[in-house]
Amino acid sequence: MNTQTPKKYMNPYLAGFILGLALLAAFYLTGRGLGASGAIKSTVTAVVKTVAPEHAEKSHFFTKYFQGDKSPLNSWLVFEIIGVVFGGFLSGAISGRLKLRIEHSPKITAKKRLIFAALGGVIVGMGAALGRGCASGAALSGMAVLSTAGFISFIAIFGTAFLFAYFFRKLWI
Amino acid sequence: MGPLITQGIISPEWNPILAFVIGMAFGFALEQGGFSSARKLAGVFYGYDMIVLRVFLTAMLTASVGLLFFNYLGWIDYDLIYVNPTFLWSLIVGGAMVGTGIIMAGFCPGTSFAAAAIGKIDAMVFIGGLAIGVFIYGETYELIWQGIYEAADFGRIRIYETLGISSGLFMFLFIIFALVLFWLTIPIKRKFSQRNLKY
Repeated sequence: MNTQTPKKYMNPYLAGFILGLALLAAFYLTGRGLGASGAIKSTVTAVVKTVAPEHAEKSHFFTKYFQGDKSPLNSWLVFEIIGVVFGGFLSGAISGRLKLRIEHSPKITAKKRLIFAALGGVIVGMGAALGRGCASGAALSGMAVLSTAGFISFIAIFGTAFLFAYFFRKLWI
Repeated sequence: MGPLITQGIISPEWNPILAFVIGMAFGFALEQGGFSSARKLAGVFYGYDMIVLRVFLTAMLTASVGLLFFNYLGWIDYDLIYVNPTFLWSLIVGGAMVGTGIIMAGFCPGTSFAAAAIGKIDAMVFIGGLAIGVFIYGETYELIWQGIYEAADFGRIRIYETLGISSGLFMFLFIIFALVLFWLTIPIKRKFSQRNLKY
Protein backbone atom coordinates (compact mmCIF):
# COMPACT_ATOMS: atom_id res chain seq x y z
CA MET A 1 0.00 0.00 0.00
CA ASN A 2 2.96 2.27 0.66
CA THR A 3 6.27 2.17 -1.15
CA GLN A 4 8.00 4.58 1.23
CA THR A 5 10.33 3.26 3.87
CA PRO A 6 8.28 2.77 7.06
CA LYS A 7 8.92 5.31 9.79
CA LYS A 8 10.81 4.22 12.87
CA TYR A 9 8.89 2.92 15.84
CA MET A 10 8.13 5.27 18.71
CA ASN A 11 10.46 5.45 21.69
CA PRO A 12 9.38 2.41 23.78
CA TYR A 13 9.20 4.39 27.02
CA LEU A 14 6.92 6.96 25.40
CA ALA A 15 4.74 4.20 23.88
CA GLY A 16 4.60 2.55 27.30
CA PHE A 17 3.61 5.84 28.93
CA ILE A 18 0.74 6.34 26.45
CA LEU A 19 -0.35 2.74 27.01
CA GLY A 20 -0.21 3.33 30.77
CA LEU A 21 -2.35 6.47 30.44
CA ALA A 22 -4.95 4.52 28.43
CA LEU A 23 -4.96 1.89 31.17
CA LEU A 24 -5.26 4.54 33.88
CA ALA A 25 -8.16 6.14 31.98
CA ALA A 26 -9.89 2.74 31.79
CA PHE A 27 -9.63 2.36 35.58
CA TYR A 28 -10.69 5.95 36.28
CA LEU A 29 -13.73 5.75 34.04
CA THR A 30 -14.93 2.17 34.39
CA GLY A 31 -13.08 0.70 37.36
CA ARG A 32 -11.67 -2.05 35.15
CA GLY A 33 -8.50 -2.39 33.14
CA LEU A 34 -7.77 -3.40 29.58
CA GLY A 35 -8.03 -6.85 28.08
CA ALA A 36 -8.06 -8.77 24.86
CA SER A 37 -8.77 -12.46 25.35
CA GLY A 38 -12.14 -11.61 26.93
CA ALA A 39 -13.30 -10.29 23.56
CA ILE A 40 -12.45 -13.66 21.97
CA LYS A 41 -14.36 -15.51 24.70
CA SER A 42 -17.42 -13.30 24.08
CA THR A 43 -17.21 -13.79 20.32
CA VAL A 44 -16.79 -17.57 20.50
CA THR A 45 -19.66 -17.73 23.02
CA ALA A 46 -21.87 -15.68 20.67
CA VAL A 47 -21.13 -18.05 17.79
CA VAL A 48 -21.76 -21.19 19.87
CA LYS A 49 -24.95 -19.68 21.26
CA THR A 50 -26.21 -18.84 17.76
CA VAL A 51 -25.30 -22.17 16.17
CA ALA A 52 -26.24 -24.44 19.08
CA PRO A 53 -28.23 -22.53 21.73
CA GLU A 54 -29.24 -25.59 23.77
CA HIS A 55 -25.68 -26.85 23.81
CA ALA A 56 -24.42 -23.44 25.02
CA GLU A 57 -27.02 -23.34 27.81
CA LYS A 58 -25.69 -26.61 29.19
CA SER A 59 -22.03 -25.58 29.25
CA HIS A 60 -20.61 -24.27 32.51
CA PHE A 61 -18.09 -22.29 30.50
CA PHE A 62 -20.22 -20.57 27.86
CA THR A 63 -23.03 -19.65 30.28
CA LYS A 64 -20.55 -17.45 32.17
CA TYR A 65 -20.41 -15.10 29.18
CA PHE A 66 -24.10 -14.48 28.64
CA GLN A 67 -27.00 -13.73 30.91
CA GLY A 68 -30.43 -14.51 29.58
CA ASP A 69 -31.01 -13.08 26.14
CA LYS A 70 -28.37 -10.39 26.35
CA SER A 71 -25.88 -10.79 23.55
CA PRO A 72 -22.38 -11.78 24.68
CA LEU A 73 -21.03 -9.48 21.98
CA ASN A 74 -22.39 -6.48 23.85
CA SER A 75 -19.47 -6.43 26.22
CA TRP A 76 -16.95 -3.76 27.06
CA LEU A 77 -13.97 -5.71 25.78
CA VAL A 78 -15.49 -6.28 22.35
CA PHE A 79 -15.85 -2.52 21.79
CA GLU A 80 -12.38 -2.02 23.22
CA ILE A 81 -10.90 -4.51 20.74
CA ILE A 82 -12.69 -2.85 17.82
CA GLY A 83 -10.96 0.32 19.07
CA VAL A 84 -7.60 -1.50 19.20
CA VAL A 85 -7.99 -2.48 15.55
CA PHE A 86 -8.82 1.12 14.56
CA GLY A 87 -5.99 2.53 16.68
CA GLY A 88 -3.50 0.03 15.29
CA PHE A 89 -4.62 0.80 11.74
CA LEU A 90 -4.33 4.55 12.33
CA SER A 91 -0.82 4.13 13.71
CA GLY A 92 0.21 1.92 10.80
CA ALA A 93 -1.24 4.43 8.33
CA ILE A 94 0.64 7.35 9.91
CA SER A 95 3.92 5.43 9.96
CA GLY A 96 3.62 3.83 6.52
CA ARG A 97 3.40 0.26 7.79
CA LEU A 98 0.14 -0.83 6.18
CA LYS A 99 0.98 -3.88 4.11
CA LEU A 100 -0.61 -7.27 3.70
CA ARG A 101 2.18 -9.72 4.49
CA ILE A 102 3.36 -12.70 6.48
CA GLU A 103 6.22 -11.64 8.73
CA HIS A 104 8.77 -14.36 9.34
CA SER A 105 12.47 -14.93 9.86
CA PRO A 106 14.28 -15.46 6.52
CA LYS A 107 15.42 -18.82 7.88
CA ILE A 108 11.92 -20.28 7.98
CA THR A 109 9.20 -20.52 5.33
CA ALA A 110 5.97 -18.52 5.44
CA LYS A 111 4.07 -21.82 5.79
CA LYS A 112 6.04 -22.82 8.88
CA ARG A 113 5.47 -19.38 10.36
CA LEU A 114 1.70 -19.66 9.87
CA ILE A 115 1.57 -23.18 11.36
CA PHE A 116 3.33 -22.02 14.52
CA ALA A 117 1.23 -18.84 14.67
CA ALA A 118 -1.95 -20.97 14.53
CA LEU A 119 -0.68 -23.53 17.07
CA GLY A 120 0.51 -20.79 19.40
CA GLY A 121 -2.88 -19.14 19.06
CA VAL A 122 -4.71 -22.32 20.09
CA ILE A 123 -2.49 -22.74 23.17
CA VAL A 124 -2.79 -19.05 24.15
CA GLY A 125 -6.57 -19.25 23.64
CA MET A 126 -6.87 -22.18 26.04
CA GLY A 127 -4.34 -20.73 28.51
CA ALA A 128 -6.00 -17.31 28.62
CA ALA A 129 -9.38 -18.93 29.29
CA LEU A 130 -7.91 -21.00 32.11
CA GLY A 131 -5.71 -18.25 33.58
CA ARG A 132 -8.52 -15.65 33.59
CA GLY A 133 -6.81 -13.47 31.03
CA CYS A 134 -3.76 -12.91 28.87
CA ALA A 135 -0.75 -10.62 29.03
CA SER A 136 -2.93 -7.48 28.89
CA GLY A 137 -5.89 -8.47 31.08
CA ALA A 138 -4.29 -10.73 33.64
CA ALA A 139 -0.68 -9.53 33.76
CA LEU A 140 -0.69 -5.82 32.79
CA SER A 141 -4.05 -4.76 34.25
CA GLY A 142 -3.60 -7.17 37.16
CA MET A 143 -0.21 -5.69 38.05
CA ALA A 144 -1.48 -2.12 37.62
CA VAL A 145 -3.93 -2.65 40.52
CA LEU A 146 -1.14 -4.45 42.40
CA SER A 147 -3.15 -7.69 42.56
CA THR A 148 -1.17 -10.74 43.61
CA ALA A 149 -2.79 -12.54 40.67
CA GLY A 150 -1.25 -10.08 38.19
CA PHE A 151 2.26 -10.72 39.43
CA ILE A 152 1.77 -14.51 39.38
CA SER A 153 0.43 -14.28 35.80
CA PHE A 154 3.37 -12.12 34.75
CA ILE A 155 5.93 -14.55 36.20
CA ALA A 156 4.14 -17.60 34.77
CA ILE A 157 3.76 -16.11 31.27
CA PHE A 158 7.20 -14.58 30.83
CA GLY A 159 9.02 -17.24 32.88
CA THR A 160 7.64 -20.02 30.67
CA ALA A 161 8.37 -18.11 27.47
CA PHE A 162 12.00 -17.63 28.57
CA LEU A 163 12.20 -21.28 29.63
CA PHE A 164 11.02 -22.55 26.24
CA ALA A 165 12.78 -19.86 24.16
CA TYR A 166 15.70 -22.19 23.50
CA PHE A 167 13.49 -24.87 21.89
CA PHE A 168 11.85 -22.41 19.53
CA ARG A 169 14.97 -20.34 18.74
CA LYS A 170 15.05 -21.47 15.09
CA LEU A 171 11.74 -19.70 14.51
CA TRP A 172 13.26 -16.35 15.44
CA ILE A 173 17.07 -16.21 15.24
CA MET B 1 -14.61 10.83 42.26
CA GLY B 2 -13.73 7.84 40.11
CA PRO B 3 -14.35 5.24 38.88
CA LEU B 4 -16.96 7.40 37.15
CA ILE B 5 -19.22 4.72 35.68
CA THR B 6 -19.06 2.44 38.75
CA GLN B 7 -20.17 5.38 40.90
CA GLY B 8 -22.93 6.35 38.47
CA ILE B 9 -21.35 9.75 37.67
CA ILE B 10 -21.36 8.84 33.97
CA SER B 11 -24.22 6.77 32.57
CA PRO B 12 -23.30 3.18 31.60
CA GLU B 13 -24.62 4.00 28.12
CA TRP B 14 -21.29 5.66 27.51
CA ASN B 15 -19.52 2.34 28.01
CA PRO B 16 -19.24 1.28 24.35
CA ILE B 17 -17.95 4.70 23.25
CA LEU B 18 -15.42 4.92 26.07
CA ALA B 19 -14.32 1.35 25.40
CA PHE B 20 -13.77 2.20 21.75
CA VAL B 21 -11.77 5.38 22.48
CA ILE B 22 -9.62 3.75 25.17
CA GLY B 23 -9.11 0.75 22.87
CA MET B 24 -7.95 3.09 20.12
CA ALA B 25 -5.29 4.59 22.39
CA PHE B 26 -4.29 1.06 23.42
CA GLY B 27 -3.99 -0.15 19.82
CA PHE B 28 -2.18 3.00 18.72
CA ALA B 29 0.41 2.68 21.50
CA LEU B 30 0.91 -1.05 20.81
CA GLU B 31 1.49 -0.49 17.10
CA GLN B 32 3.71 2.58 17.59
CA GLY B 33 5.74 0.69 20.19
CA GLY B 34 6.44 -2.13 17.73
CA PHE B 35 4.16 -4.81 19.23
CA SER B 36 2.59 -5.30 15.80
CA SER B 37 5.76 -7.17 14.85
CA ALA B 38 6.03 -10.71 16.21
CA ARG B 39 9.76 -10.71 15.54
CA LYS B 40 10.27 -7.55 17.58
CA LEU B 41 8.13 -8.94 20.39
CA ALA B 42 9.98 -12.28 20.47
CA GLY B 43 13.28 -10.35 20.62
CA VAL B 44 13.10 -9.95 24.37
CA PHE B 45 13.46 -13.72 24.79
CA TYR B 46 16.70 -13.77 22.76
CA GLY B 47 18.12 -10.39 23.76
CA TYR B 48 18.00 -8.71 20.34
CA ASP B 49 15.04 -6.43 21.03
CA MET B 50 13.83 -5.08 24.37
CA ILE B 51 10.54 -3.36 23.55
CA VAL B 52 8.41 -5.85 25.49
CA LEU B 53 10.18 -5.17 28.75
CA ARG B 54 10.44 -1.41 28.18
CA VAL B 55 6.89 -0.80 26.97
CA PHE B 56 5.20 -3.27 29.32
CA LEU B 57 6.91 -2.14 32.51
CA THR B 58 6.56 1.57 31.67
CA ALA B 59 2.83 1.07 31.09
CA MET B 60 2.48 -0.90 34.31
CA LEU B 61 4.40 1.73 36.33
CA THR B 62 2.41 4.61 34.80
CA ALA B 63 -0.92 3.00 35.63
CA SER B 64 -0.05 1.63 39.09
CA VAL B 65 1.68 4.80 40.32
CA GLY B 66 -1.12 6.84 38.74
CA LEU B 67 -3.78 4.84 40.58
CA LEU B 68 -2.00 5.24 43.92
CA PHE B 69 -1.74 9.01 43.37
CA PHE B 70 -5.37 9.26 42.25
CA ASN B 71 -6.33 7.44 45.46
CA TYR B 72 -4.10 9.69 47.58
CA LEU B 73 -5.59 12.81 45.99
CA GLY B 74 -9.11 11.45 46.48
CA TRP B 75 -9.83 11.25 42.74
CA ILE B 76 -10.58 7.54 42.75
CA ASP B 77 -11.90 5.03 45.27
CA TYR B 78 -9.17 2.42 45.25
CA ASP B 79 -11.52 -0.17 46.77
CA LEU B 80 -13.95 0.08 43.85
CA ILE B 81 -11.34 -0.89 41.29
CA TYR B 82 -11.52 -4.45 39.97
CA VAL B 83 -8.87 -6.66 41.57
CA ASN B 84 -8.14 -9.90 39.74
CA PRO B 85 -8.87 -12.89 41.98
CA THR B 86 -5.95 -15.12 42.86
CA PHE B 87 -6.76 -18.70 41.87
CA LEU B 88 -3.24 -19.99 42.24
CA TRP B 89 -3.19 -23.10 40.04
CA SER B 90 -5.18 -21.76 37.12
CA LEU B 91 -2.94 -18.68 37.08
CA ILE B 92 0.22 -20.79 36.96
CA VAL B 93 -0.98 -23.40 34.44
CA GLY B 94 -2.89 -20.89 32.30
CA GLY B 95 0.04 -18.47 32.38
CA ALA B 96 2.46 -21.23 31.39
CA MET B 97 0.24 -22.08 28.41
CA VAL B 98 0.04 -18.42 27.38
CA GLY B 99 3.83 -18.14 27.68
CA THR B 100 4.34 -21.26 25.53
CA GLY B 101 2.00 -19.94 22.87
CA ILE B 102 3.69 -16.53 22.90
CA ILE B 103 7.15 -17.95 22.20
CA MET B 104 5.69 -20.07 19.37
CA ALA B 105 3.64 -17.31 17.76
CA GLY B 106 5.28 -14.04 18.83
CA PHE B 107 1.92 -12.54 19.74
CA CYS B 108 -0.32 -12.21 22.72
CA PRO B 109 -4.02 -11.57 22.10
CA GLY B 110 -3.78 -7.76 22.46
CA THR B 111 -0.81 -7.33 20.16
CA SER B 112 -2.25 -9.67 17.52
CA PHE B 113 -5.20 -7.32 16.94
CA ALA B 114 -2.89 -4.35 16.43
CA ALA B 115 -0.78 -6.47 14.05
CA ALA B 116 -3.77 -7.78 12.11
CA ALA B 117 -4.94 -4.18 11.74
CA ILE B 118 -1.83 -3.27 9.71
CA GLY B 119 -2.14 -6.35 7.51
CA LYS B 120 -0.04 -9.04 9.23
CA ILE B 121 -1.46 -12.33 7.96
CA ASP B 122 0.41 -14.27 10.68
CA ALA B 123 -1.57 -12.23 13.24
CA MET B 124 -4.88 -13.03 11.56
CA VAL B 125 -4.01 -16.73 11.65
CA PHE B 126 -3.06 -16.38 15.33
CA ILE B 127 -6.47 -14.82 16.09
CA GLY B 128 -8.13 -17.76 14.32
CA GLY B 129 -6.07 -20.05 16.56
CA LEU B 130 -7.21 -18.12 19.65
CA ALA B 131 -10.86 -18.66 18.74
CA ILE B 132 -10.28 -22.38 18.15
CA GLY B 133 -8.41 -22.60 21.48
CA VAL B 134 -11.27 -20.94 23.38
CA PHE B 135 -13.77 -23.23 21.65
CA ILE B 136 -11.79 -26.37 22.55
CA TYR B 137 -11.47 -25.09 26.13
CA GLY B 138 -15.21 -24.43 26.31
CA GLU B 139 -16.09 -27.87 24.97
CA THR B 140 -13.73 -29.66 27.36
CA TYR B 141 -14.30 -27.33 30.33
CA GLU B 142 -16.13 -29.76 32.62
CA LEU B 143 -13.96 -32.67 31.50
CA ILE B 144 -10.49 -31.19 31.96
CA TRP B 145 -10.33 -27.62 33.23
CA GLN B 146 -13.10 -26.89 35.75
CA GLY B 147 -11.32 -28.47 38.73
CA ILE B 148 -8.12 -26.54 38.25
CA TYR B 149 -9.98 -23.35 37.25
CA GLU B 150 -11.74 -23.21 40.61
CA ALA B 151 -8.91 -24.55 42.80
CA ALA B 152 -6.86 -22.66 45.41
CA ASP B 153 -8.94 -19.47 45.64
CA PHE B 154 -7.11 -16.86 47.71
CA GLY B 155 -9.62 -14.14 46.86
CA ARG B 156 -9.00 -10.62 45.63
CA ILE B 157 -5.68 -10.06 47.36
CA ARG B 158 -3.02 -7.48 46.61
CA ILE B 159 0.68 -8.13 46.32
CA TYR B 160 1.68 -5.81 49.18
CA GLU B 161 -0.75 -7.60 51.52
CA THR B 162 0.71 -10.94 50.46
CA LEU B 163 4.20 -9.62 51.19
CA GLY B 164 3.07 -7.89 54.40
CA ILE B 165 4.34 -4.41 53.50
CA SER B 166 2.65 -1.08 52.73
CA SER B 167 1.53 -0.23 49.20
CA GLY B 168 3.92 2.74 49.12
CA LEU B 169 6.94 0.68 50.11
CA PHE B 170 6.07 -2.00 47.56
CA MET B 171 5.71 0.58 44.81
CA PHE B 172 9.04 2.18 45.74
CA LEU B 173 10.84 -1.18 45.64
CA PHE B 174 9.18 -2.12 42.36
CA ILE B 175 10.21 1.17 40.75
CA ILE B 176 13.83 0.51 41.77
CA PHE B 177 13.54 -3.03 40.36
CA ALA B 178 12.11 -1.71 37.07
CA LEU B 179 14.82 0.95 36.74
CA VAL B 180 17.51 -1.71 37.21
CA LEU B 181 15.85 -3.82 34.49
CA PHE B 182 15.60 -0.83 32.15
CA TRP B 183 19.29 -0.14 32.68
CA LEU B 184 20.15 -3.82 32.07
CA THR B 185 18.33 -3.82 28.71
CA ILE B 186 20.98 -1.46 27.31
CA PRO B 187 24.03 -3.79 27.56
CA ILE B 188 21.91 -6.88 26.76
CA LYS B 189 20.58 -5.37 23.56
CA ARG B 190 24.06 -4.16 22.60
CA LYS B 191 25.48 -7.64 23.09
CA PHE B 192 22.88 -9.38 20.93
CA SER B 193 22.21 -6.61 18.46
CA GLN B 194 24.21 -8.27 15.68
CA ARG B 195 21.16 -10.49 15.45
CA ASN B 196 19.05 -7.40 14.99
CA LEU B 197 17.31 -7.87 11.70
CA LYS B 198 15.12 -5.76 9.51
CA TYR B 199 11.51 -6.20 10.48
